[in-house]
Amino acid sequence: MKMFRSRPWLGISLLVAALLVLPLVVDASLGRSWVRVFDFALLYVMLALGLNIVVGYAGLLDLGYIAFYAVGAYTWALLASPQFGLHLPFWAILPIGAGVAALFGILLGTPTLRLRGDYLAIVTLGFGEIIRIFLNNLNEPVNITNGPQGITLIDPASLGSFSLGQAHSVFGLELSAPHFYYYLFLLFACGVIFISLRLENSRIGRAWVAIREDEIAAAAMGINTRNIKLLAFAMGATFAGLAGGLFASFQGFVSPESFNLLESIMILCMIVLGGMGHIPGVILGAVLLTVLPEALRYVGDLQRVTLGRVLIDPADLRMLLFGLALVLMMLFRPAGLMPSIRRKREFSETGQP
Amino acid sequence: MDILIQQLINGLVLGSVYALVALGYTMVYGILELINFAHGEVTMMGAMVAVAVMGMLMGAAPDLPGVWVALLGLLAAVSACMALGYVIERAAYRPLRQAPRLAPLITAIGISILLQNIAMMIWGKQYIPFPRILPEARHNILGASITDVQIAILGLTLVIMAGLVWLVNRTSLGRAMRAVAQSKSVAQLMGVDVNKVISATFLIGSGLGAVAGVMVSANYGQAHYYMGFLLGLKAFSAAVLGGIGNIAGAMLGGLLLGVIESLGAGYIGDLTGGFLGSQYQDVFAFAVLILVLVFRPSGLLGEKGVERA
Repeated sequence: MKMFRSRPWLGISLLVAALLVLPLVVDASLGRSWVRVFDFALLYVMLALGLNIVVGYAGLLDLGYIAFYAVGAYTWALLASPQFGLHLPFWAILPIGAGVAALFGILLGTPTLRLRGDYLAIVTLGFGEIIRIFLNNLNEPVNITNGPQGITLIDPASLGSFSLGQAHSVFGLELSAPHFYYYLFLLFACGVIFISLRLENSRIGRAWVAIREDEIAAAAMGINTRNIKLLAFAMGATFAGLAGGLFASFQGFVSPESFNLLESIMILCMIVLGGMGHIPGVILGAVLLTVLPEALRYVGDLQRVTLGRVLIDPADLRMLLFGLALVLMMLFRPAGLMPSIRRKREFSETGQP
Repeated sequence: MDILIQQLINGLVLGSVYALVALGYTMVYGILELINFAHGEVTMMGAMVAVAVMGMLMGAAPDLPGVWVALLGLLAAVSACMALGYVIERAAYRPLRQAPRLAPLITAIGISILLQNIAMMIWGKQYIPFPRILPEARHNILGASITDVQIAILGLTLVIMAGLVWLVNRTSLGRAMRAVAQSKSVAQLMGVDVNKVISATFLIGSGLGAVAGVMVSANYGQAHYYMGFLLGLKAFSAAVLGGIGNIAGAMLGGLLLGVIESLGAGYIGDLTGGFLGSQYQDVFAFAVLILVLVFRPSGLLGEKGVERA
């Protein structure tokens, strides 16, 4: 450890090298489907860091976060698919998707953020459901979202004539779509991490933490609590919109099914598990909760081998374990696996109102 | 005209259920300032237990009259949910009473997911039919029809509400509950056993939720492991509409929300020229919730709350 602390560039360059070769190693050892798993892990890192701004920094419990992800994904899907015959390039759609998501965040936040935090949880929960209901039903009388079938044949992201959706040979290596998306997502994830890091100790970041810890005191210190909370909300929504657009291009297909409440809960689980308000913790949580459920599949195989049949569907087991994890974490390690110092103190304090 | 009356009747029946569930939210919120997210799932558990017990009873004693089977099922559901509510409070909420606000809220969500998945593992993913043991006669009122089950729901709800009002306003437990809601520490100084009162609140709320769960499944003829989620959300909206923490408000809000939803679903097609149909029924509760929060956050009957540091 000491070696890295005195020479931080050594640790960073080792980390970068490891992240760059990761998909190649995974592809060779575990198979191509695991490269996709890591693609999703990076998407969830972006989502979790976005929600971390809202829940972790500003202390606003948002249970409909996935709705902003849906908005971003559908924006991409509508602007780059045969649905309306539009095929905008990705550098144009991505900011539009993020912007539309931010707009939704402001729309939802304006009426609700004046209120106590726990109302927000319910309203955002309801909002998430409303978005899903609309996506599901806006196929008649005017077909906008194509209803429960979803939108297919979405354009993959491409740089000029280089499409990320196809296999190419780069430097003599045969690379496929999941590889290219891995590097694209890595780039964006690093951007999100960088913004989060810079925000953490900025004037705004400190204002968020002040509001989380005592809203009345923060207002007394001259913080415009409503606007600052709105900013947190919009910022979180922007990240979700960005991740949503990337998801749509990667998947080539979106349907309302992908944006249910359980996804929101899962992202919440990630930041609770890792450590709310602590960037390395949140990243750890996101990666753990994307990779572990994949590993849970082997539990299904194990049951088949030992019991002769699948007694408990691993997908169901996943949700059960998420619920259990939320409760147990809050009871026994409320600051998360990798907590920030401030959080640790906050939760170990007793006799707080 | 008869369609209007029919929708009103449906709305009142639906609203009775919302009101009973909303009472559970509002009582807990009044005392602990906690949104008990798991309450909808407790309601679902009530419906599932009742249906399961009724199935067993019909197998064990085939000549027992249907109404008795239903009553015994209801009794089993109420006791099971009371036990469940008590355990949830003791195991998951009480240790976190001094923790930052976000902690119990997240625990509540965890409990809710946990209960949903436990129910799914026990009873499976399919809809479970409510046994057809209750009289199914339809009566005519001003051209609209109402079933025996619906009459029973309305009647039972009235009785329960009257009982609850009496309990809260006329008994020593009720006085203690009101005192704890105003200030836990002062109530404690006055000799009120705060923990006991909170446990009692969870027992009563969960019992009411169980009754509501059985009512819903009897009215629609089925129970499902996921039914508690939307029901809970709507009931919470009803509690906010009436003024959260206010018992009369929860009753009023529940009934009102039921009627709004029923009329809305019936007329939205005409109002929007066919653009939006009755599949948007579930949106009304949230629209009401958001409108209330924007224009009258304290709800219809709530007092204007002052935020204390």
